[in-house]
Amino acid sequence: MSPRHATEDAPWVKALILAVMALFLAFILLLPMISVFYEALRKGWEPAKAAIQNPDALAAIKLTLITAAVTVPFNAVFGVCAAWAVAKHNFPGKSFLITLIDLPFSVSPVVAGLIYVMVFGAQGWFGDWLIDHDIKIIFAIPGIILATIFVTFPFIARELIPLMQEQGVDEEEAAVSLGASGLRTFWSVTAPNIRWGLLYGVLLCNARAMGEFGAVSVVSGHIRGLTNTMPLHVEILYNEYDFVGAFAVAALLCFLAIVTLALKTLLEMAQPQSRPARH
Amino acid sequence: MTISIRSVEKTFGRYPALNGVSLEIADGELLALLGPSGSGKTTLLRAIAGLEFPEKGQILFNDQDMTYASAAARQVGFVFQQYALFRHMTLAKNIAFGLDVRKGAAKPPKAEIDKRVDDLLNLVELPGLGKRYPAQLSGGQRQRVALARALAVSPSVLLLDEPFGALDATVRKSLRKELRRIHDATGVTTIFVTHDQEEALELADRVAILNHGVIEQVGTPQEVHDSPVGAFVAGFVGEANRLEGSVKAGHFQGGEIALPAQGAADGAAVAFVRPHDLIRAPAGEESFFITTDRINVQGPVARIEGKTPGGQRIEAAFERNSAEGLRRGDKLGLTAQKAYVFSA
Repeated sequence: MSPRHATEDAPWVKALILAVMALFLAFILLLPMISVFYEALRKGWEPAKAAIQNPDALAAIKLTLITAAVTVPFNAVFGVCAAWAVAKHNFPGKSFLITLIDLPFSVSPVVAGLIYVMVFGAQGWFGDWLIDHDIKIIFAIPGIILATIFVTFPFIARELIPLMQEQGVDEEEAAVSLGASGLRTFWSVTAPNIRWGLLYGVLLCNARAMGEFGAVSVVSGHIRGLTNTMPLHVEILYNEYDFVGAFAVAALLCFLAIVTLALKTLLEMAQPQSRPARH
Repeated sequence: MTISIRSVEKTFGRYPALNGVSLEIADGELLALLGPSGSGKTTLLRAIAGLEFPEKGQILFNDQDMTYASAAARQVGFVFQQYALFRHMTLAKNIAFGLDVRKGAAKPPKAEIDKRVDDLLNLVELPGLGKRYPAQLSGGQRQRVALARALAVSPSVLLLDEPFGALDATVRKSLRKELRRIHDATGVTTIFVTHDQEEALELADRVAILNHGVIEQVGTPQEVHDSPVGAFVAGFVGEANRLEGSVKAGHFQGGEIALPAQGAADGAAVAFVRPHDLIRAPAGEESFFITTDRINVQGPVARIEGKTPGGQRIEAAFERNSAEGLRRGDKLGLTAQKAYVFSA
């Protein structure tokens, strides 16, 4: 037998584990993914194209992109602030803040949606005030964006906290002792050190923001052409037995997700030494 | 620049890190803060740098109160144990950082900054490496860059926190000499923290010894070694046999070991005897006997370990010649030339 490393398993064990993994991934991930594209193109290219070019579908695509475009920058700023506070400072209630950041991961998105309906809905706490001032949040775009922000806000903070904790505060202290202001220290020292982690977080946040269903479903009201995002539009089409249409939009959603992940992989390849991938 | 530290107190939670520390540092001095971990030495250094702020007391730079001045306003150079170089900047950018962040008229022209960077790279003996990144350097080289970066701003005082702690023994020794050379070349007041007494005694003009947030003694390396003022310093600086016993009428008795103890108060006491202060006593003049169980010759010195009949372990260091013919298990008569006795 050829010599092998102490932690390396026997060849047949390795092969078995790999086979199990491959089988699992094929059934759970690859097959559904292929079926989405297969179903979308079952009747050819034209019906799929028509389903996507339908005005309601276009409105849903536009709303999804707007939601992501607002959510991601908001959560990027919030994530950097939260990670900076948690990783570089000590303050009372720090562990409570970390728990709060994790809340959206543990709370069902439907509950998150309901919370916003409770607070901002017509019968909610601020309902009367909002109606008096003619502000619509629930069953309108602001509600969808709020719900999406809630669901996706841990992504960037969670990506940055371990990175910033590992880097410590030595470099910031060095910068301050050399006469740099707080802002200068952030832009010249902190920001360059976290840029790759931030980018990963942004991409993951973006993928989730485009795909969010549960919370958005509760606050959206499903008004076609107005408050339907892509995932909601897929559901409506599916429930109306328009399978080609549903799968065509679903395929587009998958495509956007794949583009996001491809970008992330490209970035990892461009920065091989920056750090090991965590996702 | 002179630095005065007056009754400084600082606590972390309920744990006191500095407990009324006062210290005067003369212009151009090279001072070591020496102490075990948790003694408050790093906290004191960081308070001088403006990276921590004390709750009580004052820190003065040339009679100017800087206790609560920001780190940026103090113009100190700080060198970290883990280098803390900016990892995404070249060495030249790292060294220039303190000048680059200056605003308006205070910021030197680019050509001047470049020249300063080159001069400093020469000073720390890394000429021409300005375009490299920190990750491409060894630990010793990184610490040299950190030193150059701290010196770039012409600091009024240079502060080093365990600067050689992360380096291996050989590099540490050569960097120690280098720091002394750079200190002598620039004349900048320098304070460094270390837990390594050899480093402190070899490098510093004066050593301040801290324990539990209090300064136990300040003095030249010779003073703290030869004339310790208390039990902690006697046990911490240099090697010593620690003996417990009591003093009666100017004599210390600990087990079968008797030592002179002029001036010590009667009562329970501890005595410290340095291994090299023990000599082989001529027959009839022995203060006590040990049975040797280990004889180790290192260059010119023979180190003898053994036990008194009462079980007290004793270590002695002789000139190699006077240990000639001595064997393991031999009974050896010793007498102490010098002992430090303190009330317990």
